[in-house]
Amino acid sequence: MAGVRGGWLLGMWRPFLLFLALCAAGARGLYFHIGETEKRCFIEEIPDETMVIGNYRTQMWDKQKEAFLPSTPGLGMHVEVKDPDGKVVLSRQYGSEGRFTFTSHTPGEHQICLHSNSTRMALFAGGKLRVHLDIQVGEHANNYPEIAAKDKLTELQLRARQLLDQVEQIQKEQDYQRYREERFRLTSESTNQRVLWWSIAQTVILILTGIWQMRHLKSFFEAKKLV
Amino acid sequence: LLLLLLAPGPGGASEITFELPDNAKQCFYEDIAQGTKCTLEFQVITGGHYDVDCRLEDPDGKVLYKEMKKQYDSFTFTASKNGTYKFCFSNEFSTFTHKTVYFDFQVGEDPPLFPSENRVSALTQMESACVSIHEALKSVIDYQTHFRLREAQGRSRAEDLNTRVAYWSVGEALILLVVSIGQVFLLKSFFSDKRTTTTRVGS
Repeated sequence: MAGVRGGWLLGMWRPFLLFLALCAAGARGLYFHIGETEKRCFIEEIPDETMVIGNYRTQMWDKQKEAFLPSTPGLGMHVEVKDPDGKVVLSRQYGSEGRFTFTSHTPGEHQICLHSNSTRMALFAGGKLRVHLDIQVGEHANNYPEIAAKDKLTELQLRARQLLDQVEQIQKEQDYQRYREERFRLTSESTNQRVLWWSIAQTVILILTGIWQMRHLKSFFEAKKLV
Repeated sequence: LLLLLLAPGPGGASEITFELPDNAKQCFYEDIAQGTKCTLEFQVITGGHYDVDCRLEDPDGKVLYKEMKKQYDSFTFTASKNGTYKFCFSNEFSTFTHKTVYFDFQVGEDPPLFPSENRVSALTQMESACVSIHEALKSVIDYQTHFRLREAQGRSRAEDLNTRVAYWSVGEALILLVVSIGQVFLLKSFFSDKRTTTTRVGS
């Protein structure tokens, strides 16, 4: 990768800079590579009534140029979101660049799965796809300049709104924490109960089988006239 | 354009939780400008001994951070050159447990609230109070996240223990019964054989 960049730098200075600027401008920061039929899943543990916004951008590997193409129309990604009970909340096909949103109605672990549906990749890709992904949860999902413009807020009012959103998120998280702690407590008490019943049952079984063994053997030996 | 690229601009944070199957390695990349202060924080939530290998490389492939079998760590660095930084999590030492890993990669400062904000003008007292409250709340949310992850770890261990106790108790009860009944019949078979041999010797 460094060698390719070096070649570009020496040969084509300006297009490279433009490319990097483009990347920075539309940028989703983080990216990773996935294969053709590979499915990548991400987990978001969130309280209820929390909005999650995901932005992604895909780039296809061009075998001839040995680089990733800036944007490839016709490349689709299938996004599937499951709630903590396994029920599908969102299952949609998006283009090569997309944005998906969902709001949680149950607190817990939501699973966001992405996989490519493109069959063109096999033809000239070498099966590699670069996916830029950015997932924003709760308060981070809010677009403050947009809110300021829509509600016509002054700077101070906007800052106050941001603080209110943050505090609301903290409250929701604490409620969720209470719910989780209750589940944890139930699990621990169930384990405690099970261990108690098991030890009693084991002792009873031991005693009963011991008695049965002795009686059975005694009657056996008496029958054989050994006792 | 050159200045735009070389100056560390507004960054952001990526917080991702993903599942790492056994014998697998997953890498993430990010283009970072020179001089940007970045922090990588990761924590293993579920799976096995709750440990993972982590490796962070700069654009030239030089290893900036490498730790094996770590449960939780935080690493801060300043980007010494422009380019693509890569960090990988590896579960290759594990044969059958898959792990859930959380990481938070913070690049630069959070983008300002007002994109056209002129940083030169001073903030009023109210505004700077708001800024400090915002920073304090950010750290509260951060602590909450780490607490949630540790609690998730504890909870997953407790649920594992619960299912294991259930299976083990049923299994052991069955084994006990089988073994004690088996013992008796085996003993009986010894005595039956002996009797036939003694009668043969006698006659």
